[in-house]
Amino acid sequence: MSTATLESKIAPAIPEKLTKKQLSADHPTWCPGCGDFSVLAGFYKLLEKKQLPHEKIVTLAGIGCSSRFPYFVNSHGAHFIHGRAVPLASGVSLSRPDLHVFVFGGDGDGFSIGGNHLEHGARKNIDLTYVIMDNSVYGLTKKQTSPTSPIGFKTKTDPAGAIDQPVNPMKKLISAGATFVARTHSAQINHMTQMMERAMAHKGFSVVEVLSECVEFFPGAYDPASPRKGGAFSIIDEKKNDGTPEDAQRHDTTDAAAAFKLAELPFPGLFGVFYEVNRPTKNQLEDKWIVSTREKLKGATDLDLLQATFDRMK
Amino acid sequence: MIRLAGNSQDGIQAIGGFLARLAGRSSQDVMTYMTIPSTISGGPSIFQVRIGSGEVLSAGDEADFLVAFYQHSYVDHISCLKEGGVLLYDSDHVEPNLDDKRFVYVGVPITGLTVEALGGTAKDKGKNIFVLGLLAAIFHFDAEKVKALIRERFGRKDESVVNTALMAFQAGLAYPVGNVLSTRYKFEVSPNRDGARAQITMDGNQAVAYGALAAGVRYGAAYPITPWTSVMEILRGELPKYGGLFVQCEDELAAVSMALGFSYAGHLALTGSSGPGISLKSEAIGWASMAEMPLIIVNVQRGGPSTGLPTHVEQSDLNQAIFGGHGDSPRVVLAAKNVEDCFYIMIEAGRIARKYSTPVFVLTDASLSTRIEAFDEPNLKEIMLSPELDLTPRPEGFKPYPLDAITRHAPPGTKMLDGKYPVVTGLEHDEHGHPTGRPKLHLSMTAKRRDKLKKLADELPLPEIFGDEEGGEALLVGWGSTYGPIHEAVKIAREQGESISAMHLRHVHPLPNGLDTIFARFKRVIVVEMNDQGLYGHGQLATILRARYCDPKIRSFNKTDGLTFRVKEILEGVLK
Repeated sequence: MSTATLESKIAPAIPEKLTKKQLSADHPTWCPGCGDFSVLAGFYKLLEKKQLPHEKIVTLAGIGCSSRFPYFVNSHGAHFIHGRAVPLASGVSLSRPDLHVFVFGGDGDGFSIGGNHLEHGARKNIDLTYVIMDNSVYGLTKKQTSPTSPIGFKTKTDPAGAIDQPVNPMKKLISAGATFVARTHSAQINHMTQMMERAMAHKGFSVVEVLSECVEFFPGAYDPASPRKGGAFSIIDEKKNDGTPEDAQRHDTTDAAAAFKLAELPFPGLFGVFYEVNRPTKNQLEDKWIVSTREKLKGATDLDLLQATFDRMK
Repeated sequence: MIRLAGNSQDGIQAIGGFLARLAGRSSQDVMTYMTIPSTISGGPSIFQVRIGSGEVLSAGDEADFLVAFYQHSYVDHISCLKEGGVLLYDSDHVEPNLDDKRFVYVGVPITGLTVEALGGTAKDKGKNIFVLGLLAAIFHFDAEKVKALIRERFGRKDESVVNTALMAFQAGLAYPVGNVLSTRYKFEVSPNRDGARAQITMDGNQAVAYGALAAGVRYGAAYPITPWTSVMEILRGELPKYGGLFVQCEDELAAVSMALGFSYAGHLALTGSSGPGISLKSEAIGWASMAEMPLIIVNVQRGGPSTGLPTHVEQSDLNQAIFGGHGDSPRVVLAAKNVEDCFYIMIEAGRIARKYSTPVFVLTDASLSTRIEAFDEPNLKEIMLSPELDLTPRPEGFKPYPLDAITRHAPPGTKMLDGKYPVVTGLEHDEHGHPTGRPKLHLSMTAKRRDKLKKLADELPLPEIFGDEEGGEALLVGWGSTYGPIHEAVKIAREQGESISAMHLRHVHPLPNGLDTIFARFKRVIVVEMNDQGLYGHGQLATILRARYCDPKIRSFNKTDGLTFRVKEILEGVLK
């Protein structure tokens, strides 16, 4: 459905300013101190800044603690099944160019049960923004190993310590073909909001991994990345293309190999935009096909089209 | 009835397709039946065309005319030829037992003559069109009509392809088959029936795809699996013309999820598959039931379980469609009775999905998927539905899940006048969509989801009785593609003086109300299905009917050989 036809069907928006008050819904069910509160606060901040028409904001999620997100944002939303938020969101994005599609979820939802969909959503470069709150543990089911749990981390399903190589989210996303890949920390609210803002501005499959501590089942997991806890929050120095000699040392976000190298740094590694390229989205490519197909039909109605098909079957 | 037997890469389906379209254009009723091996190339394959001036209900039991391309085709299929029937064989490959005097033998060096006519190709390409020429000569088809069909079929390819095909056809047509046969068979073109609509010819999967378009489906997603695949191939190509989109997904789970994304976005959406793929979709279908999302799910059934018989027919996914969910997850299940019905049932599915905001299964099967039938052209002007995207602002107090009304979602993009935006959810919820575990709410919401399907049942018409409306000795009950053979069996038995009738269910779940009043009028009720009798002796529909009506006279007649019912089998099975 083209944007123009859609616009004609939508009643003119009543001018109103979106504030946190209008954007908040149910009180979050998260544990006190959960990193996800900051992500929610950052998202409100972003929406307050952007002032999108209220009815055009869509928040979608699968299953997990962080996937409760849609209940806490007063917007159109859907709480789907475990691991399948990306294909659900793809259906919304591909058929409704007028909407802003946000997906929220955790590391289990995104990298484990939904890992295949993450790969293919990225490959197809579907236009949506996906915020993955990574706590390196299964919280909702009370401390089982997650795909990002570090080796040696003791859980109820790995009482002797995790033995499987964890997923490297940045490497996974870059190799899958995501066109915007960033990493941030929920305690760094300004940096996190910036990353979400850039992800939202990006046309295509944009993912922000937010390290978001589970105070209940994996406290201290990200201390090495928290200056307040004696760690270091080191931000990627992005290339400015200013021709200065020091610019040559900076990170070229369009260079996948360089991004891959950054992603291989030992924990806590770096934060910021690892990779960002412009590649036609599936939305654009499908739309192009639809438009060129319809041009040849010279305004035939749906009825004309099906009738013509039947005439050929006589 | 003509049966063509060869190998799957010989293009015998193409001859069959030509014959079916020719018949359809000549206002003849036609039904085809095809088997293909599940290998990519090679392996025995048959195509059967039954043409008649009356109503053709089944693909036919015995052939009047057998075309054998190979020795194995002859050996395997000669038993299906009627006594006095004609065997047309490729004398380059087949040596029939000419001492068997029951049949008329016509040997033609098909391979050699085709090679000669086309200048020689090692792979015997064009044999099928040569045979079409032979058949045209034997049955006195209108050669110009056939040539027009050939041009249409190959016209989109290279001009040389059309010419080669026409040369092959001409060579077959010119071959002196003799006049013996022309006295036996004549392909008569009956004048158009008064006021009747033109006939169109298509297979069941085409009918499903075009039915979806007529129902207003503009978005869908799926994953390829035999025998469902051609539905998605058609829709992938057709939907952009209608401004819509069909997406091939990475797997079945993504496909149903994306289709639900389209639904959530406010469109009538479609996904489909065959048995094993439907299993993978079932978690998301449970969500559709809980979240009350409209969705059409097509299952082109095949032999199961597991990979089973991927290219053979079975009706063994009825339980899966009705009960194949976790929790109490009501859904609607419809079944198409023939190719024509594959078209109309999609419109019915769309209507129900929208009105009741529910997932709707449409069951077809492997035999319908490739079977070609001619039927009266649908009156699109009257029945075609346009897609609707309802984004009108919702008034204050809007509830996504009202307890006293059927759910009607407000898709994203809809302005909510009270400023409260709804969340659609798979968690048990209150009327506003807020998650809740309150015992009373789960009780009333479960009832809400169930009761809307009871409301649907109230509006369903009772199925017609073919035979004795007032009752009699036996009633055959069927669903899905067994419609043809069951009705033909009943017709034959009634002509022999048997008190036997038939009833066919299109709405399988919920069932229409009042079936018990029909059953009460018959001494025996026999449910005929292509699935197993199970541990307790009853097929899947029979078990459901027995559970619902507690009527011990409901019995089963089943089979699981992966083939469609023969009329003879039904007669022998139910009249004993």
